[in-house]
Amino acid sequence: MPWFRRDKPLAKGEEGEKHVRTEGLWLKCEGCRQIIWKKDLEANWNVCPKCGAHARIDAAARLKLLFDGPYEVLDANLCSSDPLGFVDAKPYAERLAATQAATGLSDALISAAGTLAGRRVHICAMEPKFIGGSMGCVVGEKITRAIERSLEQRVPLIVVSASGGARMQEGAISLMQMAKISAALMRLDEAKVPFLSVLTDPTTGGVTASFAMLGDLNIAEPKALIGFAGPRVIEQTIRQKLPDGFQRSEFLLQHGMLDAVVPRVRMKEYLANALTFFCGPVT
Amino acid sequence: MEPETPAPDAHAAPALTPLPAPPPSKAWQRVLLARHAKRPHSLDYIERLFTHFHEIHGDRAFADDPAIVAGMGFFEERPLMVVAEQKGRDTKQKLLRNFGMPKPEGYRKALRVMQIAAKFGRPILTLLDTPGAYPGIDAEERGQAEAIARNLREMSRLPVPVICVVIGEGGSGGALALGVGNFVYMMENAVYSVISPESCAAIIYRDASRGEAAANALRLTAEDLLEFGLIDGIIPEPGEGAHTDPDAAAGALRETLRWALDQLTPLTGAQLVEHRYDKFRKMGNFFL
Repeated sequence: MPWFRRDKPLAKGEEGEKHVRTEGLWLKCEGCRQIIWKKDLEANWNVCPKCGAHARIDAAARLKLLFDGPYEVLDANLCSSDPLGFVDAKPYAERLAATQAATGLSDALISAAGTLAGRRVHICAMEPKFIGGSMGCVVGEKITRAIERSLEQRVPLIVVSASGGARMQEGAISLMQMAKISAALMRLDEAKVPFLSVLTDPTTGGVTASFAMLGDLNIAEPKALIGFAGPRVIEQTIRQKLPDGFQRSEFLLQHGMLDAVVPRVRMKEYLANALTFFCGPVT
Repeated sequence: MEPETPAPDAHAAPALTPLPAPPPSKAWQRVLLARHAKRPHSLDYIERLFTHFHEIHGDRAFADDPAIVAGMGFFEERPLMVVAEQKGRDTKQKLLRNFGMPKPEGYRKALRVMQIAAKFGRPILTLLDTPGAYPGIDAEERGQAEAIARNLREMSRLPVPVICVVIGEGGSGGALALGVGNFVYMMENAVYSVISPESCAAIIYRDASRGEAAANALRLTAEDLLEFGLIDGIIPEPGEGAHTDPDAAAGALRETLRWALDQLTPLTGAQLVEHRYDKFRKMGNFFL
């Protein structure tokens, strides 16, 4: 016989454990390991409201952050034809198709035109989720076309990098995109049209070693990984552990490789101010 | 009583190899030849092709990088500026030349020297032979990426003929940093790639020893690059490769260099810049 007895029956709806769906509503910040309400994080452009860590954002969010309102997407349908017929764990053509379906993008970059603080600009934003944001012939061609349009229309160009470098699956064709883009930037430089490079986590390899380091200003988000060789390659070469903070934005700033480290929420203001300084007030 | 160790079973199936190990694929053979211990390096060509060669050292900012040799020479009486990546032959030389892996100061020296050539209207020859730009802490601290990027942009506006030859390993951005030319050639057994086959294998197969398979996938031979329109020509090598007869290899390079200079010398600075730009602008039109 039980010692305690419930006198009244259970109220309706109180039976058993309560189930509230919480999956996907909370995220753990990679910086401070604290639990954050996902909507708070998204409202803050994926910057942790508690510690300020900058989680990655996709290309579309980046464009929304920088443009004043709606923008025009250019060269959206350019697709790689898999010139090498490259096959690794699965054929590159299949990998491309799957990634295109998952992201809704044709390749790892969105090229767009619109206004930033009232000024017409061209912005190319790289998509880190698309095969590591890697640069193949499509990314190379899109940036080059954006440079050519900027040159023709004398409109400032901003490229937001987020990339592991040249795309292995397109071999030396990817490599040559570095030269192609850099040569086009030479023309933009000669024409004195501003080119601002924004480096975000991660920017490495052939992207850093070409356009990302060639801005009239090279500006990075806090604590972004930026370098030529990846940290693992360097560790294997020198057979030592790398120091904390190595190849992060603040490290590059300290070594004179960046003009500024600017938090995501202040980036638009910084760019607008730089363009006003270079080109004068918006007319 | 101890259990008897089983005698080798006379009836067990013998392990046989049905075929001899296949010969290395063409791409892998090229990789091995490009890295061959006796393959002629830049200075081997320079001493055969130039008279009165005198080196120019240092980047005027930090150091002199022995992995890049730069200097003034005369090619068949014509003044020519040479900028070349140099590997070492013996251990001491290899260490001195950092295995042919330039650091930022090397690329900055190269640019400084090329700009001297531009100022005085002298054509430029670059020789590419590196496993890659040096991936080390100090190189990162001094801006390896920035040094390469700047060279790519600045080489594209040099108002003098620029001729580039991949003589051995064209190791990614580390080679391309000297590779923006009006004519870009590859020696027959040279390779030119976005990533080394071993690193590529480490990524796609998680096994760096499968370099041969990766070499096939990467399409890094001279014929591949010519097919994709990324280089302008292939310089034939003697016999089994340049190492079997360095003089003949240098002779073939001489013929090509003479031809290239004859083509480019009559052009104006603006025409040369336009020609170089146009060539690289067209690279990689592989769209659906």
